[in-house]
Amino acid sequence: MSDILVLVEHAEGEVKKVTLELLTLARSLGTPAAVWAGPGITAEAKARLAEYGAEKIYVAGSADIVDHVVAPKAELLAQLVAGKSAAAVLVAATAEGKEVAGRLAVKTDSGVITDAVGLSEGFVADQSIFGGGVNVHSRVRKGTPIIAVRPNSTAPVPAAGAGAEEEVAVELSDVAKAARVVERVKQEKGARPELTEAAIVVSGGRGVGSAENFSVIEGLADALGAAVGASRAATDAGWYPHQFQVGQTGKTVSPQLYIAAGISGAIQHRAGMQTAKTIVAINKDPEAPIFELADYGVVGDLHQVVPQLTEEIDKRK
Amino acid sequence: MNIVVCVKQVPDTATERKLRSDDNTLDRDAADGVVNELDEYAVEEALKLKEAHGGEVTVLTMGPGRATETIRKALAMGADKAVHLSDDALHGSDALSTSYAMAQVLKKIGFDLVILGSESTDARTGMLAAMLAERLGTPQLTLANKVEVEGGAITVQRLADYGYDRVQATLPAVVSVVEKINEPRYPSFKGIMAAKKKPVETLAIADAAIDAEQVGLGAAWSEVVDFAAAPPRTAGTIVKDEGDGGEKAADFLASKKFI
Ligand SMILES: Cc1cc2nc3c(=O)[nH]c(=O)nc-3n(C[C@H](O)[C@H](O)[C@H](O)COP(=O)(O)OP(=O)(O)OC[C@H]3O[C@@H](n4cnc5c(N)ncnc54)[C@H](O)[C@@H]3O)c2cc1C
Ligand SMILES: Cc1cc2nc3c(=O)[nH]c(=O)nc-3n(C[C@H](O)[C@H](O)[C@H](O)COP(=O)(O)OP(=O)(O)OC[C@H]3O[C@@H](n4cnc5c(N)ncnc54)[C@H](O)[C@@H]3O)c2cc1C
Repeated sequence: MSDILVLVEHAEGEVKKVTLELLTLARSLGTPAAVWAGPGITAEAKARLAEYGAEKIYVAGSADIVDHVVAPKAELLAQLVAGKSAAAVLVAATAEGKEVAGRLAVKTDSGVITDAVGLSEGFVADQSIFGGGVNVHSRVRKGTPIIAVRPNSTAPVPAAGAGAEEEVAVELSDVAKAARVVERVKQEKGARPELTEAAIVVSGGRGVGSAENFSVIEGLADALGAAVGASRAATDAGWYPHQFQVGQTGKTVSPQLYIAAGISGAIQHRAGMQTAKTIVAINKDPEAPIFELADYGVVGDLHQVVPQLTEEIDKRK
Repeated sequence: MNIVVCVKQVPDTATERKLRSDDNTLDRDAADGVVNELDEYAVEEALKLKEAHGGEVTVLTMGPGRATETIRKALAMGADKAVHLSDDALHGSDALSTSYAMAQVLKKIGFDLVILGSESTDARTGMLAAMLAERLGTPQLTLANKVEVEGGAITVQRLADYGYDRVQATLPAVVSVVEKINEPRYPSFKGIMAAKKKPVETLAIADAAIDAEQVGLGAAWSEVVDFAAAPPRTAGTIVKDEGDGGEKAADFLASKKFI
């Protein structure tokens, strides 16, 4: 079987969960080959990739790759697609992952599918479009299929692969180095699971009322081992950092459980959470559109309901 | 500065959106067409840059005849003129074809800066800006919540998972914006009247040296195999908090094995 290249998502030397999901998917369709772009690979990271089935690990450790916007990753992958006659390329359907996929598609003259939520024989992708209203099967007709897969589309299952490491030297073009990162500003992340990867997300909106009150949302999230999200109203007000925004222009999440507190359920918010398996809403307005989506809803003041829920969860643990 | 803003007409998200059963493409007649929301932010940013640095703002739209409504809206906000790429041969184009056709137009009309929204509300691929940068060989400054131009240099804040990156390049460049960047202005009555007289150049594919073999449904690199309406969500249980709302929610979570 031929190689299926999986672009590894990593932070601080650690492999992100979505990559393990992609390796799991790749195994069912070919031979997974992980591609690590940038410096900082660790022995643990390599072991993790092998544990989830990477037969090969291509490592392009040059700092130039991450110090320039997107284009170097596409050049690296294009070089591997040509040199290793890859059968397909899988990337995570994050904002940046999709940009890499787009440039790679142009470079390799290949079709690209974004936001796949499943993948089967012949690289037929499942897409959930129009806010979850329509399910589509789509397929690449020309070139090497490039598919951006949403986090949480499949459960990661270990199955050891050889994990043979190969260093890759990339000659970046001048064009790839045209947009240079001059400063990287990291805002604190905390110990919670990452938003797009979390099995449970607890989000707060305008109804939370203030930055201080977000501790109520965080309390519930911590009781459930969940990530914290926010609506645009909450991030715009400065109550919570923008990278936690869920929705059309924020993160798209599809967790097992999504709890929305003090969020009305505007279409732009729904676009980012509609594919959650179970949705719980807490809102004082019985007419709030979020209740149309909710599997379970409580009409009430979140400042009463959420702390009580947190307390109950702690009690029942 | 010569700024081109790419504006897409999309079906109103408030109406029911469908695919056509004959060729699996977006049913543009089933819903009202509106300006892709984020593109209003792109227009606003272009107008601000023009106000600060001088120059001209051109709107570029690829879409069927009715997309002129979208063009008028952008002109009413204050853009100077528009180019409308409209040709039946473009129907069903995927992201590769769309980026190819738009790049051809951009090469023809020239630019210092191209500004896009970071994502459309219908297809949501979020790839167009990156693809254009690749095709045009210009720096990609995408997902920006801040844009600064000084002389020939451009700096943006690019949103990232961990916060943001400050990214620098020289013009010409391709930028995409997120909604945090500004607050789009409403067209004034005067603006709406003035828009009616602003020049709109309509191009067919041949006018922009676009190869018919590279666009449209037949040329698409990807295809929809089939589609079906998602089964409707079964209505949930809604309870009123009588002092025990948190406990009841906990019962529900326990019944689903979350606790
Ligand atoms: C281009 C564009 C992009 C956008 N992208 C996004 C996006 O990515 N994500 C996003 O979220 N939005 C986005 N929006 C904004 C979106 O349209 C809504 O304005 C936003 O989601 C509203 O946030 P909210 O639900 O928190 O606030 P509101 O709509 O004001 O709702 C607050 C809710 O809280 C309830 N409430 C108030 N007090 C309490 C209380 N004490 N207890 C319980 N409930 C209470 C109210 O009943 C109400 O339903 C976007 C908009 C545009 C134009
Ligand atoms: C539900 C659905 C799913 C699709 N999935 C795929 C897919 O997986 N792969 C694929 O190759 N194609 C796909 N397509 C086709 C894709 O919609 C078109 O190629 C589209 O023109 C470009 O993609 P976008 O709207 O997602 O662009 P995005 O990259 O999301 O849009 C970003 C910005 O590009 C600009 N822009 C986009 N289109 C135009 C335009 N016509 N005129 C002017 N400016 C524009 C706007 O500034 C916009 O804000 C899909 C279409 C639909 C309806």
